[in-house]
Amino acid sequence: MYDKTKIIVGIIIFVALFTFPFLYNSGKATPAPVPELSDVAKAAGKCIESKEYMKSSHMELLNTWRTEVVRNGERVFHASDGKQYNMSLQNTCMECHANKTRFCDQCHNYADVNPYCWDCHLVPKERGLPSTSIGAKIQTLVEEKEYGR
Amino acid sequence: MGVNRREFLKLAGLSALAGLGANSAWELLAPGSLDAAEQKFGAFEQALTGSRWGMIVDMEKFNDELIRAAIDACHSTHNVPHIEGIKEEVKWIWTEPFQNVFPETEHGYLTEHLEDVPFIVLCNHCFNPPCVRVCPTKATFKRKKDGIVMMDMHRCIGCRYCMAACPFGARSFNFSDPRKHLDMDKVNPDYPTRSKGVVEKCNFCAERLAVGKIPACVEAIGDSGALAFGDVGNAESEVREILRDNYTIRRRAQLGTQPNVYYIIRSRGSHA
Repeated sequence: MYDKTKIIVGIIIFVALFTFPFLYNSGKATPAPVPELSDVAKAAGKCIESKEYMKSSHMELLNTWRTEVVRNGERVFHASDGKQYNMSLQNTCMECHANKTRFCDQCHNYADVNPYCWDCHLVPKERGLPSTSIGAKIQTLVEEKEYGR
Repeated sequence: MGVNRREFLKLAGLSALAGLGANSAWELLAPGSLDAAEQKFGAFEQALTGSRWGMIVDMEKFNDELIRAAIDACHSTHNVPHIEGIKEEVKWIWTEPFQNVFPETEHGYLTEHLEDVPFIVLCNHCFNPPCVRVCPTKATFKRKKDGIVMMDMHRCIGCRYCMAACPFGARSFNFSDPRKHLDMDKVNPDYPTRSKGVVEKCNFCAERLAVGKIPACVEAIGDSGALAFGDVGNAESEVREILRDNYTIRRRAQLGTQPNVYYIIRSRGSHA
């Protein structure tokens, strides 16, 4: 092989440069946030379907709800345990998960997804949120910016 | 060669047959088991149902106070923003003078008692809605079961074809974020707002009918009888009785959209 040293040195430099960002950041990954349950949600003990299902498929569930309510006029959800719920993000989901900033937003921000639910659907006033919490501050900032309050 | 042409064709034919028949065979032997994972939905027991919802406006029973009450009830129930100026205003139910409501019948010598009288107008929930025909995304659609002309805000792209198509001006476009024009401390927490860039209009209170309540405007005018709401498709209904007993007119009926909002206009001498 011609230019053996040059090639091997080149490969080593390339590998080092290429893997540098991965090695540099290894072990420093931001841990996935844990959605915080509100007191109401804690008291209820369980969501309308299993935790695993809600974790993986809540967006699909909400999509189906939207179609059923708006387009088919069906408003009652029969959960797999036989219980019935009013299919409403604003009135059913947010009744328990009243802490949007610390339940919904944590993961959505982490995963960088921007559902546009809240452009129209109203977020319940977050009661009992200490004013020092980052969530509350962001919320106030957003509101001040958007509604000039 | 392992398979000749004849064998190959036989095999392919049999496989196709098996593929086509499998689903029906499954359904035959274990009905419903394929859909077992599907979720179930239903309606509230107390929901009001009808085949063709309609409304009757009795102009003789209306006064400014009732009109105000009806409009306020509707707009506060549905978080409709109040925006000054005819260009950007958003309205679900509002008033117009006679010559704008019934332009074909205007002849310059209008009965005196109808001059300067505000007529209450709203979406007519037409039987043949032109807005539905033109909507490119099916964001506006007519509900098959009760004829309400509904909007799916999630689908509206704000093209405003529907506004051009509606002969009654019943549709409003959100030129700016409606939340800027709403008092966010006083909004109805049970109903969403809209976002910038969508068209909106009266929905005959579909969300109230679903839980057994009559439309907000009808509720607001109380027992004055100025507004009546009911199933025009049911010959036994109260509204049909009113239609039988009174001469009623509809807006721009000659256009063939078959509005479901009827107006009772009496001449002056015929009422107290």
